[in-house]
Amino acid sequence: MEVKLGEIGTWVGGRDFTPNGMISSVRKGYERYLNKYIHVKKGGIGGLSMVLASYVVLSYVWSFDHIKHDRMRKYH
Amino acid sequence: MLSRVIAVSASGLKSTAPLGAGLVQASRSLHTSSPSLAPVPALPEGGKVRHGILPEEFFQLLYPKTGATGPYMLVTGLSVWLLSKELYIINHETVAALTVGTVFVLGVKKFGPSFASAVDKMEEEKVAWIEEVKDQAMACYADAIEEEKKEQWRVEGRSMLFDAKRNNVSMLLETNYRERLHHANHEVKRRLDYQLALQHLKVRMEKEHMVNWVEKNVVGSITAKQEQESIAKCISDLNVLAKKIQTEATA
Repeated sequence: MEVKLGEIGTWVGGRDFTPNGMISSVRKGYERYLNKYIHVKKGGIGGLSMVLASYVVLSYVWSFDHIKHDRMRKYH
Repeated sequence: MLSRVIAVSASGLKSTAPLGAGLVQASRSLHTSSPSLAPVPALPEGGKVRHGILPEEFFQLLYPKTGATGPYMLVTGLSVWLLSKELYIINHETVAALTVGTVFVLGVKKFGPSFASAVDKMEEEKVAWIEEVKDQAMACYADAIEEEKKEQWRVEGRSMLFDAKRNNVSMLLETNYRERLHHANHEVKRRLDYQLALQHLKVRMEKEHMVNWVEKNVVGSITAKQEQESIAKCISDLNVLAKKIQTEATA
């Protein structure tokens, strides 16, 4: 990435947090992903599977509090 | 490989989805590069993804510090930690996930290449069709250019055309002039002939009239006495002649 780890604070401070800005940043990110992995000459399964994998991970994270009760040991 | 279906359908949807199309065009028409899009640049190669889910940038990020096996060790350590802390809980859903994952991976491995080649062929057909349209249009334009050049060459013969037309017109004028001249000539000759015929007639009539008048006068002037005298003379002449012939006949 073009932003160094130490500069993340200033970078986040300089972002546009208006509703328009937030929507446009989401749009831009979506377009970047599309143009990099899907609208290419020879895209593979990676473009789609990365989306599915991130969906799986995110849904696990959101349902962790609910699955917590299936743990086999109480103390780790 | 499904991404190729998405590509096929997305490129078709791109024209229908207003926002997406607008944004794509906005990103293209900001006049950053040269304004013409011809020839249209080819699609980019695409980001590389290893093992189907990890992008290549992840491996490149860790390569300087940990070498080639770094990311794999990171993934292994991470999964071991998640399992041991039971942040990832193994329950019935794990079995389902493993099953689905296996089916997915096997399906992709088995049907991937054929599906990919089929979609590639569809894309190629589309591109070939569009290229054909473009080629036809270019051929049309090349023909139009040829026609235009021919027309320009024809324009150069314009002067010859005008010369011929000028000749035609002058010939028409000449013909007309001669016709009228002839007509005038004819008319004048007719009038002169009339005058001539009139004079001839006059002279002839005068002559005849005079002859008639002289005859009439002469015949009228022969009185009865003269007539008798002339008849007597004719008889005597005839007697003399008869006698002469009689004497000549007997002699």
